[in-house]
Amino acid sequence: MTFAATAGFLPFRRRSAIPGLRLTLAVTALYLLLIVVVPLAALLIRASSLGLMGIAGIAMQPRVAAALRVSFGVSLLAAFLSALVGAPIAWALARYRFPARRLFDAAIDLPFALPTAVAGIALSTVYAPNGWFGAPLAALGVKVAFTRLGILVAMIFVGFPFVVRTLQPVIAELETELEEASMTLGASRLATLRRVIAPPLIPAVLTGMALAFARGVGEYGSVIFIAGNLIGVTEIAPLLIVEKLEEFDYAGATAIAAIMLTISFVMLLAINRLQAYARTRLGDV
Amino acid sequence: MSDAPLQKGRAIATRDPGALRFALIALTLAFLGLFLVAPLAVVATEVFREGLGAYLAAIADPAARSAILLTLTIAAIAVPINAAFGMCAAWAIAKFKFPGKSALITLIDLPFSVSPVVSGLVFVLVFGAQGLLGPWLAARHIQIIFAIPGMALATMFVTSPFVARELIPVMQQLGNADEEAALSLGASGWTAFRTVTLPNIRWALLAGVLLCNARAMGEFGAVSVVSGHIRGLTNTIPLQVEILYNEYNIGAAFALASLLALLALVTLGLKSALEWRVRAALSEQRG
Repeated sequence: MTFAATAGFLPFRRRSAIPGLRLTLAVTALYLLLIVVVPLAALLIRASSLGLMGIAGIAMQPRVAAALRVSFGVSLLAAFLSALVGAPIAWALARYRFPARRLFDAAIDLPFALPTAVAGIALSTVYAPNGWFGAPLAALGVKVAFTRLGILVAMIFVGFPFVVRTLQPVIAELETELEEASMTLGASRLATLRRVIAPPLIPAVLTGMALAFARGVGEYGSVIFIAGNLIGVTEIAPLLIVEKLEEFDYAGATAIAAIMLTISFVMLLAINRLQAYARTRLGDV
Repeated sequence: MSDAPLQKGRAIATRDPGALRFALIALTLAFLGLFLVAPLAVVATEVFREGLGAYLAAIADPAARSAILLTLTIAAIAVPINAAFGMCAAWAIAKFKFPGKSALITLIDLPFSVSPVVSGLVFVLVFGAQGLLGPWLAARHIQIIFAIPGMALATMFVTSPFVARELIPVMQQLGNADEEAALSLGASGWTAFRTVTLPNIRWALLAGVLLCNARAMGEFGAVSVVSGHIRGLTNTIPLQVEILYNEYNIGAAFALASLLALLALVTLGLKSALEWRVRAALSEQRG
């Protein structure tokens, strides 16, 4: 009887009693098509009219090549350093109790919330040769503002929250039983850290780094004020796109944008793969 | 049988050496306190340096006032549209199974990984004078780029994921049972959404709207590319900040920037409070 009733209900449930799939899916797809897909497609169409050789030719122009090198090189370094400071901070916030922990925890999101132009002029003021941090550093002979070091500082500012925020929930979900087992088997705390705790965290660290890198490569507002924008030295690729547009060099702007967009897609794919890998190998994290 | 020794053993097993704890807490406090808070503190001190009179004068300046008005206008266009889009997307994704769902989620997230400058450029390539629709629009004297429609479109592109991102996980966790109960009692789909779903998701929706709004008002790169920088006409607050700063009008630049910094702080505070409420509501739902 129960079996028959269940069996009778199953097809009905599978079809779902909830209405509105067609309407909401149509609205969602149409909006994404108009706002996201068509504009991005316009860029790809424009880029394909240049051809691969045309894009490569533009990318190899000295000024463009230098800007791409600065953007990719510095944001890669910034992603590494973001992981270096972000991982210990995520650990401290997830595992330790200390005064004002919740306030510091909320402050991690500040670079996400602060408009990039505000971050840009503020960072530039703090690290300028007469600024709070800039003056003592200048006395030590370290110039930050208007050098590549300044770009690095800005990219870490916008990048490290990604590492903290991807790592923190994973640390919170770690099974402490494994650490207990490790201790009962005679491992020291440091050996446990290295061999029990670190392995499941690595995909999350890499995801955070990939997000920080992607953000750094495309970052504009936080960087341009502190960078100084010296052609070939501290000019970043997004700024060069703006410069090309102002000179009505649409082909140049399109080529640089197409290269950056390709990298974004590759990073997005890599992040999805990393998360899929973490789910299958290490359980749902 | 007492749990005390066991508890103590657990505490020891998951406790890091004192020196390590101390070092990591010190690093966290120092890094966040110095690196993160200094830029915010500098906004505050630059504002107070020139006194309240100069501050108010900078904000009352006609160009500043028109920038504030334009920022509010663009947010008033982009945020409600993206809130409606977010609710539609979350309903489709959280309540149904269909092929291509994960591709759709990736597409929703895509604007987050596109550089703001590229996000502006794509609209120039569609609507600009040399763009795909440029000649057609020019023949009809329709101005999109270097005007409010283009700036609103670029802002919509950049802020489209926020509400959907906040709502999808919450609606997935809530499940369909409440709506199914409402429907079985004779409610229409729209009534079920309005009286059952909306109250359940209200805090997450508000959090998404706040984040969407903060980004819409603060967006710089994308809007900069499509704006044309026409002072008093197409300058939003962030663009006006850039102009003032580059003219060495530092006090006025920081005065306007302080409005955006304040918005960021309020958004951050409310978001933290709302996330707490969302978690509380979800655990209540689960019993």
